[in-house]
Amino acid sequence: MSLKVSFRHKIGEFTLDASFEVSSGFTVLTGMSGSGKTTTLNIISGLITPEYGKIAISDHIVFDSERRINQLSHKRNIGYVFQENRLFPHLSVARNLTYGRWFRRPSSKERTLQEVTELLDISHLLKRKPDTLSGGEKQRVAIGRALLSAPQLLLMDEPLSAIDQKRRQEIIPFIEAIYKETGIPVLYTTHNIAEVAHLMTDHIQLEYSSDRNGVRFMSRGNGQK
Amino acid sequence: MEWFNLTPDEWLAVRLSLKVATVAMLTSLPLAIAIALLLSRGRFWGRMLLSCLVHLPLVLPPVVTGFALLLLFGKQGALGHFFETYLGIVFSFRWTGAALASAIMGFPLMVRAIRLSIDATDKKIEQAAKTLGANPIWVFITITLPLIMPGILAGMVLSFAKAMGEFGATITFVSNIPGETQTLPSAIYSYTQVPGGDFNALRLTLISVIISMLALLLSELLAWWMKHRGSLV
Repeated sequence: MSLKVSFRHKIGEFTLDASFEVSSGFTVLTGMSGSGKTTTLNIISGLITPEYGKIAISDHIVFDSERRINQLSHKRNIGYVFQENRLFPHLSVARNLTYGRWFRRPSSKERTLQEVTELLDISHLLKRKPDTLSGGEKQRVAIGRALLSAPQLLLMDEPLSAIDQKRRQEIIPFIEAIYKETGIPVLYTTHNIAEVAHLMTDHIQLEYSSDRNGVRFMSRGNGQK
Repeated sequence: MEWFNLTPDEWLAVRLSLKVATVAMLTSLPLAIAIALLLSRGRFWGRMLLSCLVHLPLVLPPVVTGFALLLLFGKQGALGHFFETYLGIVFSFRWTGAALASAIMGFPLMVRAIRLSIDATDKKIEQAAKTLGANPIWVFITITLPLIMPGILAGMVLSFAKAMGEFGATITFVSNIPGETQTLPSAIYSYTQVPGGDFNALRLTLISVIISMLALLLSELLAWWMKHRGSLV
């Protein structure tokens, strides 16, 4: 799997100009607060349409402004773990987890509900509603939900930022297990590169360029392996 | 128990009121949800105008609404003629007209309750459903609809209550015909216009209060059930 991204999109006073390529592995995207990390993931997932650009996943073009191609979000087959878990409050944990299975028939290689819940240690939570879970449990369920929708790419937008330090340490091994056991390529945004440095296979940094006034662009960071 | 020894005409008025209110509430519900969605989520020219149009029955004198209905949906009215010719539905001086008048008078209340509920729904949750593969219709059915259900229930109760008490537009549009268009408020009004009718008017008033209270209680129970147990999927 490879992800080729090239777009230009206005965010407030700035224009985000990104062009990068991600191959299989664990790619970390870093940048200052408000630099456009979440916008970049939203554009890749199809939740935001950029003004100009082209996005291709393994030679399949999901967005091309020139050719007027814009595959809708629900057809892109990209798993997305948000900063704030965004669990469905009216559904049980089990229904949250299996929601994506209604639309994407998993192949025989895909993980089953049992495997994923065991991997994330959430088997005991299946009957509960999201509002009865702790922050760490909610985020593990959100990760499991994205995973069970059989994605070809997993986007993780600062999945640890809304939880305390102790819970973060609990969740990192689960992220590691998911990445290593499923082999799904991950694009992970964070402020704190140290938390996933041991998993990182590639690093992309969002930088502000003063010579290109008002434009933020992507560059390969120092952490590139 | 003499209080509840209703005459056949009074029973008819009670039954007709319930029928008119239920039909008005249920038939206007799908359109109210669609308009509420449009007003809450839509970004189009004329949105404010549509909102004004929907809320107009709230501020107009009911007799004006009734007269407008008579002009539009009467036998000679453009819409009335269309409905009678092509769908076989007659509104003027029929219970269907009372239901139409009640639906229109309660429509702004229903739309408002549902719209507030949609405004309060976190769109980010719907986005999450999209990334899991749900198309917009499925997102609406499985996520939006259950989340706005308290607003829908509130809107239904408000519409039902408004229909139970609707008088001005109904009497102007379909008159006060016992057995056909005489609802509880019309029957109460008729009793207040004849000497010695106060007791009967009071009796029907009490029945109105009981029905309205039961409707409110039912909605509270449903809201409680939705919160603690219910889910559509």
